[in-house]
Amino acid sequence: MSLFTDPRWGEALSHLPDYLGNHVRVSLAALALGLIASLPLALLTRNHPAPRGILLALASIVQTVPGLALLALFYPLLLLLASVTLAWFGFSFSAFGFLPAVLALALYSMLPVLRNGITGLNGIDPALIEAAKGVGMTARQSLVMVELPLALPVMMAGIRTAAVWVIGTATLSTPIGQTSLGNYIFAGLQTQNWVFVLFGCLASALLALAVDQLLGLLETGLRQRSRMRTGLGAIGIAALVAATLVPTMGRSSQSYVIGAKTFTEQYVLSALLRDRLQAADLSATARSGLGSSVIFEALKAGDIDLYVDYSGTLWANQLHRTDIKPRAELLAELKTALAKENITLLGELGFENAYALVMPRKRAEALGIRSIADLAAHASTMSIAGDYEFFSRPEWAALQKAYGLSFRTQRQMQPDFMYAAVASGEVDVIAGYTSDGLIAKYDLVALDDPRHAIPPYDAILLLAPMRAGDERLQAALRPLLGRIDIATMREANLRASGNDANSSPDAVAKWLWEKVSNR
Amino acid sequence: MPSKLAISYARVTKSFGPLKAVDDVSLDIAEGEFLAIVGGSGSGKTTLLRLANRLIEADSGTITVENEDVQNVDPVALRRRIGYVFQAGGLFPHLSVADNIGVTPKLLGVSAADIAVRVDELLELVQLDRAAHRDRLPEALSGGQRQRVGVARALAAKPRIVLMDEPFGALDPLTRDALGEDFRDLHRKLGLTSVMITHDMTEAILLADRIAVMRAGKLLAQGTPAELSKSGDAYVLELLRTPRRQVERLNARLPTSGAA
Repeated sequence: MSLFTDPRWGEALSHLPDYLGNHVRVSLAALALGLIASLPLALLTRNHPAPRGILLALASIVQTVPGLALLALFYPLLLLLASVTLAWFGFSFSAFGFLPAVLALALYSMLPVLRNGITGLNGIDPALIEAAKGVGMTARQSLVMVELPLALPVMMAGIRTAAVWVIGTATLSTPIGQTSLGNYIFAGLQTQNWVFVLFGCLASALLALAVDQLLGLLETGLRQRSRMRTGLGAIGIAALVAATLVPTMGRSSQSYVIGAKTFTEQYVLSALLRDRLQAADLSATARSGLGSSVIFEALKAGDIDLYVDYSGTLWANQLHRTDIKPRAELLAELKTALAKENITLLGELGFENAYALVMPRKRAEALGIRSIADLAAHASTMSIAGDYEFFSRPEWAALQKAYGLSFRTQRQMQPDFMYAAVASGEVDVIAGYTSDGLIAKYDLVALDDPRHAIPPYDAILLLAPMRAGDERLQAALRPLLGRIDIATMREANLRASGNDANSSPDAVAKWLWEKVSNR
Repeated sequence: MPSKLAISYARVTKSFGPLKAVDDVSLDIAEGEFLAIVGGSGSGKTTLLRLANRLIEADSGTITVENEDVQNVDPVALRRRIGYVFQAGGLFPHLSVADNIGVTPKLLGVSAADIAVRVDELLELVQLDRAAHRDRLPEALSGGQRQRVGVARALAAKPRIVLMDEPFGALDPLTRDALGEDFRDLHRKLGLTSVMITHDMTEAILLADRIAVMRAGKLLAQGTPAELSKSGDAYVLELLRTPRRQVERLNARLPTSGAA
């Protein structure tokens, strides 16, 4: 299939009004906020070296924080603030999506605007400021009629730089719940859909170029006092904003929002949930690529309505428990704990996505190894590989303790490479993920854990507090409960890890539903 | 003094840090007079000029403009009332010739139509071609044309007093001479009170009614060229002798029939 006839271009294009619209809105709002904050600061501090130095230093420090981290930091900050306003003033606001993205991006835009603003204003010939005073201008008139127009080219250069930065960095607002062109990139990277990645990069680059050119037109128009150029630039930007508002107007606000974390399985499951809701005539949209810590809070706050999490993850991260209980007991306890926060644990999908010790099936059979207990006898002559965090996680300590495991060597590896490494015999055992499709592909086997050293990681469907009594929603979802076994999910994940048109999350979700519904 | 005073300095002092830029200066400028303030760099002549429209505030002493203490006048209103010609023009580079000239009337709230009429009058007054120059930016003008626009701008709000800071200093000699003469004509025709700073005694003698000589913040002498020549101050006498010596040397070197 040629690159140009790939049907995924069409799929990418179908998301464009939504992604582009949100991207433009969040970028322009952030830029506007950045300008409103920066320009007065530039004006106030330009003649005061000490505060000016501090301000520029702060703006530079903000700039050194990676964009992704800055965006991620605003989420807990706003959550905290929202809980404070709720306690003190009786109102709360959404710390999810638009608001943290706008604030972080606005902060990000400040350095070039501040620096060029101050440079532009301070670069004006003092004789001209004296002349402005001499012909009878007040300080404000001098600013408006002489200083700002003369500083305009330098200031606009800063604004244009800020615009390009903001539009580029806005692609990173996807994990905090702000839909953007980054949705293509995050989804594409996770599901190896290079068409999506390319599409997202191209679209954001073109948007940045277009906005830069429109601002350039506005700048020359203002400088040459050409009404036509100024008008064209302003109309262009207004048209861009207006165009992005059109698709939002028709959208129902009653739509259910489905969350998904940043890995393949989650993209497939969110597409599956969306299809189920749509089949029940419920309108649904997906918010994909959300950070693990963001997604639970977003559900609690009602910013998303449902998503799939894993029991062991919530047990450790939300309940802060380190003890391990049998599967059913853990689920029951988790359900009670979540109910206290008004979150509904609707049920399990039927499979687990846990860490597991994995080795080639044939080798295991030859050695008579079926469980980790069997493995322990051979461990001292074997090597083990895990991902970058596994050997520092509590699961590893628990495993060593429960089975007295002691391997000859242990290595850290990029997860994608582990499976091939164990299949080729480069290492003997890996700490893999139970629902990974590559287990089936390489004919590997996940060893049993009879002593329950690793907590259960049942995939569970969670509903936001306001959906607790939503019978239509729950009825639409119930057919999925307990229906997806581990083998099916592995195959789905394997399909989704391919890099052709049939491997898009939407296509795999359809395949998965056929498989599940025919059962 | 028989006529009314346009500007009066009484025991005025202004320091910048340890430097006394203007040191206990008293000077009266009569209505309709053309006064030149002559001095070298750092003599305090520019400071003295700027004290009159409060671009600089005095430390002590009293300055009156048209018999009113400037401290009792809003500085912005004062500056709109007094024309000011800056060194090298001081034109706003982003504004057309017409907008530069019309800036003070605009600040005073004069209608756009009236400003347009006034700009045309002024262009004619300073002998610039209306069609060719009106809409140009300052960068498209020669040095002499820029200074003519600077003069037109200073006159735009019909001031009775015009202050000029080395207005013709940066021009070539021919342009400088022509501009000086033209301004002297305007001064007479419009009945202005003009105060001009210059470091050039020849220019001062040729254009001004009276001359004030500054050195190191002090006013050394004031009066008509003839009165100055009776001064007892050696520096003043040296300043006056220089143009004459130059003329003698010029006459010795130039055949007399050659010059116009």
